[in-house]
Amino acid sequence: MKTNANSTAAVPVISVVGLRKSYGSHEVLKGIDLSLLRGEVVALIGPSGSGKSTLIRCLNMMETPSQGVVSFRQQDVGDRFRDTGDKIGIGTLRRHVGMVFQHFNLFPHKTVLQNVTEGPIVVCGRPRQEADALAMDLLNQVGLVDKHAAYPNHLSGGQKQRVAIARALAMEPEVLLLDEVTSALDPELVGEVLAVIKRLGEGGMTMAIVTHEMSFAAEVSSRVLFLDHGIIAQEGRPDDIILNPQNERLRSFVSRFKS
Amino acid sequence: MTYNWDFHSVWQYYDLFVWGLWISVVYTFASILFGVLIGFVACAARLSRWRVLNLMARAYQEIFRCTPLLVQLLWFYYAFPLLVGGSIDNRVAALLTLSLYVGAFYAEIFRSGIVSIDKGQREAAAAIGMSPWQSMRRIVLPQALKRMLPSFINQSVIQFKNTSLVSVISVADLAYMAAVVNGQTYRPLESYTVMALLYIAMLLPLTQAADWIEKRLRVSD
Repeated sequence: MKTNANSTAAVPVISVVGLRKSYGSHEVLKGIDLSLLRGEVVALIGPSGSGKSTLIRCLNMMETPSQGVVSFRQQDVGDRFRDTGDKIGIGTLRRHVGMVFQHFNLFPHKTVLQNVTEGPIVVCGRPRQEADALAMDLLNQVGLVDKHAAYPNHLSGGQKQRVAIARALAMEPEVLLLDEVTSALDPELVGEVLAVIKRLGEGGMTMAIVTHEMSFAAEVSSRVLFLDHGIIAQEGRPDDIILNPQNERLRSFVSRFKS
Repeated sequence: MTYNWDFHSVWQYYDLFVWGLWISVVYTFASILFGVLIGFVACAARLSRWRVLNLMARAYQEIFRCTPLLVQLLWFYYAFPLLVGGSIDNRVAALLTLSLYVGAFYAEIFRSGIVSIDKGQREAAAAIGMSPWQSMRRIVLPQALKRMLPSFINQSVIQFKNTSLVSVISVADLAYMAAVVNGQTYRPLESYTVMALLYIAMLLPLTQAADWIEKRLRVSD
């Protein structure tokens, strides 16, 4: 499924239409339309409970939407793991859409290197040597080559999160979803993770980022969405949304997070 | 107390003790083997999304966990044949009951081990495109098995002791043989002490090994 980057430049890599998500009688997302274009870095900001994490988790079907359709490269995603008919499967979607979590979720019984090679070897069926070489290259990019034989519980939070990013990148994803990836980190470790993400953005990686780091969002993103009560309340360039907010609710939210 | 210990006359029957011990070991291993299979199936049923399977497995577990093993043995040997017509061999009844009994506990050990693994592990596996089965086999189970091991060994130690109950339906295990020796020698103190020592000799190494394994697993966590 190789695509020509030039011909798909203005085409959404991943999009949702009419997305709604309820837990019981509580509706978290109340109709979201969103498209991520190739090379775009979209920051999702908003108060807790606004639905930003639920939204990003719907993009790789980690949460099943109650209503609405997720599509990847303009093909609808079905509710099965495998491709069925004209719909692509959840497994196919996730093979091309990486995700990094707030709590890292590294595999504690595997070394750093094995964490990174697990996907390429098990899911993509690549030979071990090739996967090892790829993983070492990625660990080099996140500055953790010397830790490749360590187990996750011997790493700091920031190191764990950089391994988690390398693990997601090992699948050579077309989109990377980052769900509050610095929220569980000690303040002094946030910078090393943000630096890695910033480099990825500069390298052209398509990303959706849920974050509370306003200055980081302003710096790295090409578009900012402000979610409030399950809808996209404001949307625009980081300059307009974060640095110069017009809406009263947005202004009070942003000012609370700007130090 | 001026009791005159006489292990010598009791030890004349050492072949009975050895044979009884062998039978106890056989029933232990056979029931553990079947129990693991039953426990695996019941655990899968408990974790399945199919409600009927779920309820059936639950009912099975509760019936066997909430009645004494002795009651189960008596029921399967004396009552069950009346229900289905015909008779049941006491050895079959013993093995069947022991297996179903330990299977109910194994199912719970397996289940709680699996659900104790953080949801984030399954999510991380899913996020790199693993199928539910790949995630279970490569990510969840290796971690869960480690957590299950101490309780599994513990339950198996209890199982070895529980086999002594099959003597009530005349299966010639160690406890049964000790009673036979007592009948021959009129030496209950010696007969039953030898029996108790044989149980200890079998299980003490196992409990020590379990402690050692548990300590080692904790280090590698």
